[in-house]
Amino acid sequence: MSIAPHEAIGAAIAAARRSGRTALVGFLTAGFPSRDRFRDDLAAVAAAADVVEVGVPFSDPMADGTTIQRASFAALANGVTLPWILGEVAAVTAAGGAPILLMSYLNPLLAYGLERLPRAAAAAGVAGFIVPDLPFEERAELRGALDREGLALVQMVTPVTPPQRLERLCADARGFVYAVTMTGTTGASAEVPADVLAYMDRVRRAAPVPVCAGFGIRTREQVARFAGHVDGVVVGSALVEALERGEDPRAFLASLR
Amino acid sequence: MTSASGGDADTVASVPDRRGRFGPFGGRYVPETLVAALDRLQAGVDRYLANEDFQAEFRSELATWVGRPTALTRASTLSRRWGAEVWLKREDLAHTGAHKINNAVGQTLLAKRLGAKRIIAETGAGQHGVASAAAAARLGLPCTVYMGAVDVERQAPNVGRMKLLGATVVPVTTGDATLRVAIDEALRDWVADPEGTYYSIGSAVGPHPYPYLVRELQAVIGREARAQMLERTGALPDAAFACVGGGSNAIGLFHPFLADASVRLVGVEAGGRGEGLGDNAASLTYGTPGVLQGSYTLILQDEHGQVRETHSVSAGLDYSGVGPEHAYLLRTGRVAYEAASDAEALDALVECARHEGILPAIETAHAFAGARRYAATHPGARILIGCSGRGDKDMPILQRTVLEGLA
Repeated sequence: MSIAPHEAIGAAIAAARRSGRTALVGFLTAGFPSRDRFRDDLAAVAAAADVVEVGVPFSDPMADGTTIQRASFAALANGVTLPWILGEVAAVTAAGGAPILLMSYLNPLLAYGLERLPRAAAAAGVAGFIVPDLPFEERAELRGALDREGLALVQMVTPVTPPQRLERLCADARGFVYAVTMTGTTGASAEVPADVLAYMDRVRRAAPVPVCAGFGIRTREQVARFAGHVDGVVVGSALVEALERGEDPRAFLASLR
Repeated sequence: MTSASGGDADTVASVPDRRGRFGPFGGRYVPETLVAALDRLQAGVDRYLANEDFQAEFRSELATWVGRPTALTRASTLSRRWGAEVWLKREDLAHTGAHKINNAVGQTLLAKRLGAKRIIAETGAGQHGVASAAAAARLGLPCTVYMGAVDVERQAPNVGRMKLLGATVVPVTTGDATLRVAIDEALRDWVADPEGTYYSIGSAVGPHPYPYLVRELQAVIGREARAQMLERTGALPDAAFACVGGGSNAIGLFHPFLADASVRLVGVEAGGRGEGLGDNAASLTYGTPGVLQGSYTLILQDEHGQVRETHSVSAGLDYSGVGPEHAYLLRTGRVAYEAASDAEALDALVECARHEGILPAIETAHAFAGARRYAATHPGARILIGCSGRGDKDMPILQRTVLEGLA
């Protein structure tokens, strides 16, 4: 590959923009609703979304709402582990498709070992990580380790991030900036008032990489509202629920465009 | 990372650093949404903890509403039975029945000054919930308490007390439905409203600055006990014991003694029904380093970093993690930690009740069990026990365990 994995994320989002679309970042919890079908589900999402986030289940998902909590607990009950996830991801990335990031709380990554994680992840074709309980001040060790393999550590910002801090967080971002739409956990349906769009505009001005909005995005109308203010939107709980209902993720994601 | 070597008192007393690190432990592992809220809390702690007006109001509330200083009781019969000199620091006599009120009053006063519109809290045994509800009622703030559904059932008397004090009690049914998931749920509430809500955490756990803040508010226990021991006996204790779940009463008792190298400090964890993962809640005894609920500490987890459910007969100790300062004090060797089983704790509870006329909380009874063990190998030792709370709340579980055994 001629470009680093973290650059592949931005390239995928830029390609969507060139074709006049807001990029779709699809999230699914690894091994949910079915451990056996996960590889097919992941391949389907990777074929339909511009970027994919695979949720590594954790026992204490404090930033997540009820849907992803439920998915995480069910996946853990199904015996899902990070080594298993890397194997499944490797099988899917071998066939190409959208860049895949892992979204994981810090502790499963610490248990795997920060020394061996980046190489194993890069070998599996992972493009980067999103770690919701790792704030900017605590990230140096993981960021350094991921940098060595060219993997992104995606930075989250929120509507309550103070302006100067926002600048600092964005300036050093890799992959994309994950702009959380609201205070709260994942999944709760968010309205998209004008001040949220103004905040997205501020993030976009500060960020040298694409900006994707996430948390509570469930409908085509919401996606349309963000168009022009962000480069992409993250669809998480709604996609997890569609998979849970047995719907084809390709059709569901197409319905949001 | 600071290396944690030796038990040097000056080093031990100077933690945490500005980043909230106790040696390698502590820190602040939270979603970005909470960073600004924690920065505001830190600024409030810096501004008010050393502020004379704040301290005057805190001292006044402790003296006239909480009932401090709490008594130091000589346990004459236990002394004779154990062949030691046993003293009890009576936090069970504090308003609402446990040491938790010291922290709840202090944090609620701080919340008022920071302009909070509501207080949220988690609770295990219900004692921090009751203390938070009482402090919020007194200071005129609405209060919501998250409590695991299992704990709601086994600590039913405290649920009623919280409701009478005007609090909303939210049962949490995820996971093992005990303290850990109650903290997760409180964090989710706070994430939803980081600017208007004050999260009054009940133990010396969580992201910086909570472990420091809670220690400072609870250190009144050890300061009083140290002065009372000197006044009553002319000497410091040879050893001091406290139970450890999250570890707030233990750090409160121990911290003022850290520089007294002659005083052996022992934290007693919940040994539950055995050593296996899931059979106890003894994170310092059996845990490994990891990040849980905002801090890097010792936790009970599997090889994949999944935090495991715990078991203890005592709801207040039934927690997979522990305050980061205890992990540090274990590593430096300044404090020793050991586990007492469910059966040992219940046995110690009955002994204290029968012979001293004091019904301690089941949590507290773990400290008695540790002290009794120590006395057996140290005849004549002067022993201080942190009697952290009273056992009235434990009647449903005592009915099923001890009383039915007696019948």
